[in-house]
Amino acid sequence: MAVMMYWEAIRRAHDEEMARDPLVICMGEDIGVVGGTYKATQGLYDKYGPDRVIDTPISENSYTGLGIGASFLGIRPIIEIMSVNFAWLATDQIFNSAAKVRYMSGGQLTAPVVIRSPGGTAHQLGAQHSARMEKVFMGIAGLRVVTPSSPKQAYGLLKSAVRCNDPVFINEHELMYNMKGEVPDAEYFHPLEGSEVTRAGKDITLFGYNISVHWCVQAAEQLAKEGIDCEVIDLYSLSPLDRAGIKKSVSKTHRAVIVEEAEAAVGVGSEVMAIINEECFFELDAAPVRVSAVNVPIPYNHHLEKAAIPNAKKVVEAAREMVGK
Amino acid sequence: MNAADKKRLLREMLFARRFEERCYEAYVERKIGGFLHLYPGEEACAFGVLEAARPGHDYVITGYRDHVHAIKCGADPKEVMAELFGKETGSSRGRGGSMHIFDVKHRFMGGYALVGGPFPLAVGMAKGIKMKGGDEISICFLGDAANNQGTFHESLNMAALWELPVLFVCENNLYGIGTRIDRSTAVIEQYKRVCGYNIPSAQVDGQDIEQVYAAAKIAVDHVRSGKGPYFLELMTYRYRGHSMSDSNAYRAKEEERMWGKRDPIIILRDRLIEAGELSMDDYKKMDDEVLDHIENEIIKFAEESPEPKLEELEKYVLAENDPYVRGGMH
Ligand SMILES: Cc1ncc(C[n+]2csc(CCOP(=O)(O)OP(=O)(O)O)c2C)c(N)n1
Ligand SMILES: [Mg+2]
Repeated sequence: MAVMMYWEAIRRAHDEEMARDPLVICMGEDIGVVGGTYKATQGLYDKYGPDRVIDTPISENSYTGLGIGASFLGIRPIIEIMSVNFAWLATDQIFNSAAKVRYMSGGQLTAPVVIRSPGGTAHQLGAQHSARMEKVFMGIAGLRVVTPSSPKQAYGLLKSAVRCNDPVFINEHELMYNMKGEVPDAEYFHPLEGSEVTRAGKDITLFGYNISVHWCVQAAEQLAKEGIDCEVIDLYSLSPLDRAGIKKSVSKTHRAVIVEEAEAAVGVGSEVMAIINEECFFELDAAPVRVSAVNVPIPYNHHLEKAAIPNAKKVVEAAREMVGK
Repeated sequence: MNAADKKRLLREMLFARRFEERCYEAYVERKIGGFLHLYPGEEACAFGVLEAARPGHDYVITGYRDHVHAIKCGADPKEVMAELFGKETGSSRGRGGSMHIFDVKHRFMGGYALVGGPFPLAVGMAKGIKMKGGDEISICFLGDAANNQGTFHESLNMAALWELPVLFVCENNLYGIGTRIDRSTAVIEQYKRVCGYNIPSAQVDGQDIEQVYAAAKIAVDHVRSGKGPYFLELMTYRYRGHSMSDSNAYRAKEEERMWGKRDPIIILRDRLIEAGELSMDDYKKMDDEVLDHIENEIIKFAEESPEPKLEELEKYVLAENDPYVRGGMH
């Protein structure tokens, strides 16, 4: 297994899929000549040319719609939206066209597009560059939402998403592109559904996804020293959520903390809590708890920004409180 | 166009008119639900343009006023009516309704309900055509008011930039629901708006199918020959309200009378009669046959077809048994 960065893993998946299938294309702002804001398509323009590695105008909704229209004819577009804050503009085409066309055509037409976009709070980018939008995407029938927490997942999820016949939204993270991790040397397809047990434990389940998995792991290490044995579940698929996996873990630990970088309202945490209620309410020894962002537009000031979003320490505190320590 | 073609087109337009009028009745009878947007008055647009193109071969996309375009592409009118009735035999298996007619085997790529939504999809289909190297073109029919959406400008820009084979057809009926074009749009003549994208364009009388056909021929040839996009504006008028819930109170009676005299079916009929190619009796007979066909085959089929099964409510949301959902075949 090679160690590579998150962006390199994404780049590798693009490259392999484009080499294999001439109908795979990628498109987005500054992805061609520049190679992508986060280098995810570096070198591909020279290798595959401007017709397949397309620098688009700053027209998020319409170039996304263009990719969707091309996918009706069997093209497999990987659409990069530079930031989820800009993906708001493309939600019309993603929600109204890609997610619904299979259903409203009675199965005649499908939009096998991949839309990748980084979200999250990075370093002092201010309110309009710090959104976390996964909660919006995961509520839409007909759209798959996955969110990689490691280079291996970033690689394998993109590989599967390109080949899957459904539209897939891949929620990446601005702070994770330089994260290193092992990626299998052989071609690898990560399941688009399910969840992963990142760390097994028996006292509390910490649910995370994308960057918050890492906060959960750090918290679990700290809590282990204090005698609290946490299980960490990585919800790499946000739509659909892994009901069975959530139930299995909570039925074992009887306690749940859900950790998300986004605001609590109408989010991953609320949804996981609802699933716990529906699937294993009587297994619970304590009321589930959410660790999430404060409900504010993300501030510029460094201290305010840090205070607005969760971290490992806040997870540790929530877990301690849950077991009365 | 020879006389036989013109007679066939007259019949097709008359069929479309009667089909839509029958939809109106079925809506009043509550057989059809939802929003229903009808096409009477505008027939020469779809028939004239598609006659000049290759329906069933070229990819066609439009908005919610879509029944007639689907039929001209080759959709079975029985299936279109069954769709309006919400039946399992409908073109979209009763899941789409009036605004979402699809017939992908005839390359009718859908009716879409978001004003301006099809523009980028049409350009994307043109991108797909160009990549695959076929001789098809992508044709996008939309209304005048749709041109005030951002997608119009964004899509024209990309179509021109990448020289994609897409024909934009603007069915300019002067209104977006109840708002007259001069109250919503700074540049009233739509064909002028595309010069900012270096796209060739033309404006013609959309009530005269021969003029539409002639202009469309030039447009289609331009696009098919690889010269990039083209924009065709057709001046037309809808004879009914915007949709069934529309009283039409915002239009001057004089204006309606004026356009009523420019009925595309009557224009073609009278021209054929004048040329001695058709008699009034021929026309009446044609009309009777059309009405009979609609009532005894199309409506009958829609009425007698089964409803979708409730157990299949969740079918068609996602692909079934897609191996990559589980991480591939490995
Ligand atoms: C995005 C969006 N905004 C508003 C509407 C409501 N609406 C439906 S049709 C219409 C008018 C469109 O007029 P035009 O494009 O000229 O087409 P026409 O109905 O005249 O054929 C409006 C405002 C909609 N369906 N979608
Ligand atoms: Mg109009």
